[in-house]
Amino acid sequence: MKKKETEYDEYIEMDETDSDKKEINPREIAVPGEFIDEKKGRKLGVGVYAEDDKIFAKVLGIAFIETNEINIIPMSGVYIPRINDRVVGIIEEVQISGWLVNVNSPYISYLPVSDGVDEFVDTNRMDISRFFDVGDVIYCKVSKVTRDKTVRVSMRSLGARKLYGGTMLKVKPTKVPRIIGKGGSMINMIKNKTGCSIYVGKNGVIWIRGDQKDKVIEAILTIERESHIVGLTDKIEKLLSEKVNIESVGEKSKKK
Amino acid sequence: MAKTDEKLIVNGKRLDGRAFDEMRPIEMETSIIGRADGSARVAFGKTEAMASTYGPRKLYPRFLQESSTGILRCRYNMAPFSTEDRVRPGRNRRSIELSKVIRLALESSTFLDDFPKTVVDVFIEITQADGSTRVTGINAASLALASSGVPMRDLITACSVGKIDGKLVSDLNGIEDNNSEADVAFAMLPTKEIITLLQMDGILTKDELFSLLENARENCKKIYETQRKVLKERYKRELK
Repeated sequence: MKKKETEYDEYIEMDETDSDKKEINPREIAVPGEFIDEKKGRKLGVGVYAEDDKIFAKVLGIAFIETNEINIIPMSGVYIPRINDRVVGIIEEVQISGWLVNVNSPYISYLPVSDGVDEFVDTNRMDISRFFDVGDVIYCKVSKVTRDKTVRVSMRSLGARKLYGGTMLKVKPTKVPRIIGKGGSMINMIKNKTGCSIYVGKNGVIWIRGDQKDKVIEAILTIERESHIVGLTDKIEKLLSEKVNIESVGEKSKKK
Repeated sequence: MAKTDEKLIVNGKRLDGRAFDEMRPIEMETSIIGRADGSARVAFGKTEAMASTYGPRKLYPRFLQESSTGILRCRYNMAPFSTEDRVRPGRNRRSIELSKVIRLALESSTFLDDFPKTVVDVFIEITQADGSTRVTGINAASLALASSGVPMRDLITACSVGKIDGKLVSDLNGIEDNNSEADVAFAMLPTKEIITLLQMDGILTKDELFSLLENARENCKKIYETQRKVLKERYKRELK
């Protein structure tokens, strides 16, 4: 039987520091231009480039040297849309037959009516702002990216929907895999513990709604800040079990 | 600063007591400007430069956009209070030229093909000027670019070398710079050994130039080690 598709399937490979990944230099920081390893027929992952079968770092980040692939997870950087990414976007402009969506990236994306609404819409007669208006928040999927980065998003996807109310939080896009955890372990744990509904976009925008949203925000900011320690899921679980003290959250961020 | 008749080398030492190939003490730190995507401060003795970078971000006006690659913009500026005489604020012939050569020195290292239609802005502010400002600026910009997560082929390191009172010296300070027989600004990609900036002012023989370039290369290697250390320490601190 085919396994049921879940929202976080893609994160099974993406998680940063779960212990069963084999690293030669665990959590070694690489500086751009630094020699990482001989290529030895391995695949080039993100954040690296090859010259004469030697692999060098392209960004400042943490090196993950594996048997078949070499990756450097960057410490910072902007979000560049890739196909099938699930993102949280804000409608920026309503056009005749589609919307422009801000996905927290240098590239603005386009949502055509045909991919945004299920029913038939006669764009000559109808103002499409009745579906999505400027300022509305949507959870959608990147459906197409061209080579010169013209981006198209779609609502025809698992979990895609318009988001009402709630709070939005921006984190570094490079930390999103850690917030979601392996196959969604971290985010599902936060959802279960707090009963909030949370949508995490790969673009680093997180939408939260629920009574315990302060707890969620504290947890997410802790993950962003301490994304490289081992056993973070347990730590966050402990943190969520404690009573949340909103004042102490403020003090912590002041100290930082 | 006017020309002096003073000797620049006394008893085999330079005016500030350095040996000929000795550099001034180097200070570096990153992430000094909270709003910027990447920032750094580099000081060579009394010369101090701050750099901040923004982007890749959307580029307007649109006719400047390149559909196949991102572009780099660079601004070198001396603060009015950075020298003994006040620097008139705003762009001038010198800062326009330096902005351009710094941009070219940095551009050869960045991979902006992944970010078409965007721009990376680099702002370099000289807060204290005491010679060798452009190379200090390049070192700061390189750190800022690396900490902002822009893909790069290598860090860029730069230093100055020159000839004073007939001797070949490294890292000229203000008074030496003004009274030098020749000075050379030099930048390179340290692990690839590719020169990305080479400017010379004054008169040197071919042999002198080559021997200066060799000194500059050695100095750049030392600066690279400091840059690397600073970047690693900065993030090690964050990891804790």
